[in-house]
Amino acid sequence: MNIKMLETRAIGAALERMDGKAKVMGAAPYAFEHRVERPAYLCPVQSRIARGRVRAIDTSVASHVEGVIAVITHWTAPRLSSDENRELWVLQSNEVHFRGQFVAAVLADTLEAARHAADLVHVEYENGAHDVGFRADRADLYAPKAVNAGYPTDTDEGDAEAAFGAAEVRMDATYSTPMEHNQPMEPHSTIALWESDKLTLYDSTQGAHSVRTTVAKMLGLRPDQVRVISPYVGGGFGSKGEPHAHNILAALAALRAPGRAVKLALTRQQMFTLAGHRTPTIQRFRLGAGRDGRLKAIIHEVVEQTSRFEEFAEQTAVPTRLMYAAPNRRTRHRLAALDVPKPSWMRAPGETPGMFAGEVAMDELAVACKLDPIELRIRNEPEHDPESGKPWGNRHLVECLREGARHFGWSSRDPQPGRRSEMGWLIGTGVASSTYPRYVLMGSRASIRFSEDGRYHVRIGAADLGTGTWTTLTQIAADALDCAPAGIRLEIGDTDLPNATVAGGSSGISSWGWAIVAAARELRRKHGSRPSPGAEASADTPKEADDESFAQHSFGAQFAEVRVNAETGEVRVSRMLGMFSTGRIINPRLARSQFIGGMTMGLSMALHEESVMDERLGQIVNHDLAGYHIATNADVVNLEALWLDEVDGATPMGSRGIGEIGIVGAAAAIANAVYHATGKRIRNLPITPDKLLT
Amino acid sequence: MEASITLRVDGEQRSLQIDTRTTLLDALREHLGVTAAKKGCDHGQCGACTVLLDGRRVTTCLSLAVACDGASIVTAQGLARGDTLHPVQQAFLEHDALQCGYCTPGQICSAVGMLEEAKAGHPSFVTEGLTAAPELTDGEIRERMSGNLCRCGAYVNIVAAIRDAVSKGAMS
Amino acid sequence: MTPFDYERATDASSAVARVVARPNAVFLGGGTNLVDHMRLGVAHPDLLVDVTGLPFARIDLMADGVVRVGAGVRNSDLAADRTIRERYPVLSQALLAGASGQLRNLATTGGNLLQRTRCAYFQDTTVPCNKRSPGSGCSAIDGYNRDHAILGASQQCVAVNPSDMAVALTALDATVIVLGPQGERRIPIGDFHRLPGDAPERDTVLGHGDLIIAVELPASRVAAHSAYYKVRDRASYAFALVSVAAALQVEDGHVQDVRIALGGIAHKPWRALRAEASLRGAAATEENFGRAAVAELADARALKHNGFKIALARNALRMVLRSLLAGAR
Repeated sequence: MNIKMLETRAIGAALERMDGKAKVMGAAPYAFEHRVERPAYLCPVQSRIARGRVRAIDTSVASHVEGVIAVITHWTAPRLSSDENRELWVLQSNEVHFRGQFVAAVLADTLEAARHAADLVHVEYENGAHDVGFRADRADLYAPKAVNAGYPTDTDEGDAEAAFGAAEVRMDATYSTPMEHNQPMEPHSTIALWESDKLTLYDSTQGAHSVRTTVAKMLGLRPDQVRVISPYVGGGFGSKGEPHAHNILAALAALRAPGRAVKLALTRQQMFTLAGHRTPTIQRFRLGAGRDGRLKAIIHEVVEQTSRFEEFAEQTAVPTRLMYAAPNRRTRHRLAALDVPKPSWMRAPGETPGMFAGEVAMDELAVACKLDPIELRIRNEPEHDPESGKPWGNRHLVECLREGARHFGWSSRDPQPGRRSEMGWLIGTGVASSTYPRYVLMGSRASIRFSEDGRYHVRIGAADLGTGTWTTLTQIAADALDCAPAGIRLEIGDTDLPNATVAGGSSGISSWGWAIVAAARELRRKHGSRPSPGAEASADTPKEADDESFAQHSFGAQFAEVRVNAETGEVRVSRMLGMFSTGRIINPRLARSQFIGGMTMGLSMALHEESVMDERLGQIVNHDLAGYHIATNADVVNLEALWLDEVDGATPMGSRGIGEIGIVGAAAAIANAVYHATGKRIRNLPITPDKLLT
Repeated sequence: MEASITLRVDGEQRSLQIDTRTTLLDALREHLGVTAAKKGCDHGQCGACTVLLDGRRVTTCLSLAVACDGASIVTAQGLARGDTLHPVQQAFLEHDALQCGYCTPGQICSAVGMLEEAKAGHPSFVTEGLTAAPELTDGEIRERMSGNLCRCGAYVNIVAAIRDAVSKGAMS
Repeated sequence: MTPFDYERATDASSAVARVVARPNAVFLGGGTNLVDHMRLGVAHPDLLVDVTGLPFARIDLMADGVVRVGAGVRNSDLAADRTIRERYPVLSQALLAGASGQLRNLATTGGNLLQRTRCAYFQDTTVPCNKRSPGSGCSAIDGYNRDHAILGASQQCVAVNPSDMAVALTALDATVIVLGPQGERRIPIGDFHRLPGDAPERDTVLGHGDLIIAVELPASRVAAHSAYYKVRDRASYAFALVSVAAALQVEDGHVQDVRIALGGIAHKPWRALRAEASLRGAAATEENFGRAAVAELADARALKHNGFKIALARNALRMVLRSLLAGAR
């Protein structure tokens, strides 16, 4: 690989978040908060059945509520132009695909009127028999053509069954993770405004351009007729990675009030059905090894759910294909198509649930082989990517495990479970590997113009969801142009800016940053080192970014210490440490926040999160933040994130992505620590007190 | 039903006509354009809507605006003096106690209110020895701030920021 | 939310009269439960009579040692009050265990007592619920009932009372002072909340127009040695899986006086009379604490998802008594 590397000065500096001041003052405008004149408010009506048809809708009472502008149903909604995306096929037919689906909407002058009138819309249904029973023994499980991100559904190397059967040490267990929801603090929101044949959306999205492309297509518009503005995003974690039904609903409703801004924010309750979710998983993991712990067979079989109307197959077994060396490996994904909303991305899709199972399985194997769990992993370190045979771009898992162990104080650990206790709390420690692929998405464009104000205006439709983009792209631009960060004026989050790929797959900085570097180099080539005001240049993420000659992944090690109350089963994580290898760190201050943020989400996954489906009703019972628990401040005591000092020669910045790896492996480290504390192996998340009470 | 009320918001007298159903949160956000208070759940379960009302931290999503007639409200916007940040805001910035920023104004108002409560000697659930004046340990800060959820997971830095603000005199 | 009129009460009697005059009128305290339910469509009053301005915001230590807490006292102020912290620590701790700092600054004593169950099915107007809609069925009994009752439930309703404060008040034998259309009356806390029976729609014995004006705490030596223990799914800001309010006085190694109430397990705070009876006069030992716990939970009935609460309640009860014993030494 011969990438021309940037000389770094701003990159690597722990600059304060540039949008931080606006955010601490509450002055940064999120989607719903953009100032608009005389807005109208939209309140959806949701289906009360999980499958069937809308037979009739009585809007008479609702439409007479004072302040109501329109009550929209599938009979009266404008027609969409494309039915390609069934999730976005909003109010176009009488079909109901999941409980909570939009079946009508009220547009009114005030929030209160819209909401009240929505309660008065009376919908009659032809109730179909729904099926939301997620189980691994369903006869109708099927293999998707591919899983998310285009990976093959199944892989089969050698003869895994035979090798497993013949292995001296065999580990065979089934793990499960529940349905989970992203729960960004900012609910999905949009303001839609039609001005003649142009639509403006103030949105909260991880990809303004991808919203524009999809929305334009659904509405039968040219992309240049749609503008999406999203400078600040109150979290997404994947749930804002693609447009959802609310975007289309707002656009359709706004057609009933042209020239008037229509505001729609999903309620927290609505986010449980309309903002995507992480599928529950049931995973059978088998490991066959010699007594020395060297793996002979790895078999990972995953069962997950998808909606009936649109498929999403989480790539849960994919990380298993690269983690450890074994001559015989088999992975498999099977889906249950149910009457549920379409699952979507949630932080590190695939890796998160897959590495939970895999890394607990490795811990169980370590116990069976009487080996230290770190030693077991080191013994199975693959020299090259087991699946493709490609050389590793930068694999430093072993170093992360060793360095992390050193910082965490692992060497003094007594491997016997249940040996430590203090004042009624059993204490244990656990470790797990972490990984995330390094993605660069093609298609981003950056433009740079040297302005009259003496600064370089850098423009690219990138997104900052708290990920630090406002700051890190400024730092990259500064080094690419060899000036101070104060000499850069960055604009992001608007489709009026050059195209940017979605903030997903932890690919943002690599994809956008590279486009900026290319544009900077183009500017220098065309206009030299002292350009005149008005000089500009643009460039795309270059073709050399699309290089698959190496297996490029980030790795890490997660360590956790837990305390388990011997009488109540309560689990508290007393400390966690993550040691990561993710290439050069653009901004240590912001990177640390991303890592600990991911680890906190992993803690929350391990101990708290679960969306419970009531099969009779076809809906999630605990559909609010009092019922769906995410970690509170009191749950997070001592979390530290560290990283290896490295430079990845595969991008000019030397970096890889960091947004998602923090969550990967965290739950496994905690589950392994719980085992070490108590001798009880909990294989089903979340680890709540009832699972530990005998 | 409509009602006329007056609120003092970030130092400014504001008069408004609202529906009795309008919450203080929606009055601020939709009627007065004061969007520093954020709507995260609208049911008192996340704390993003926290402001200081007559000096005390409260959630605004479950307060009816009409019931707050005459109240004095300070949001994160009002904590700053023009361009000069409140010490707690400054500490949040320095410790990167935020990421997406959506819970942040609520966290900050909650922290300011919480420090007043601690200064007044109010105990928390984790205070050992209920009758003595509590010492603001990290455990105390965590417990007292647990009414403000942060999905980005900035808790560790939030605690560090508050601790730092206290050491720099934010409680005196 | 359905439209409603709003009035600020100027005195208690006229507040009562206003509410009595309109069948869909309610009193408004801090609003943290009422407004929540109005938004959910569970409550739809057409008149709110705001009682937060009434002169019920004081905590008074009376001559006979009784402490009178005005119904309008905010939860945070009650928890922080010196007299409460010294004489009734269990009450202070119970309050601090509930909700969040912001909510405690809004919630009133009266409102907290009237807090309704957090059963997810009760709060969802699109599913059957006998409490919300008598006769429509109980969705929890064969549904997801991890949070639900193990004692005192009926075939109509298996909901639990969510208030921490009420559990402490129950252990303390508090009295609720109510002003109704017929005048003032005193209701022992144990009689205030109901078991569901055949009328789960009635959480308390209050009638329409009854206004809580105060709660009285009797003078009590044992109350000074009391504590609240709450087991929850996360370290803070969560309802109880199980909670215990207990007061214990030990003399010469024997239990002189004991009060125990359990939370999170029934439609009302559960006064553990059997446990108390078994402990009074008995040796203050771990064994006897365990026996008392077993006796109290003997009739506990598990639903599909909440059986763990039985062992958890027994353990929690033992743990609190153990810790009070250690504290007493």
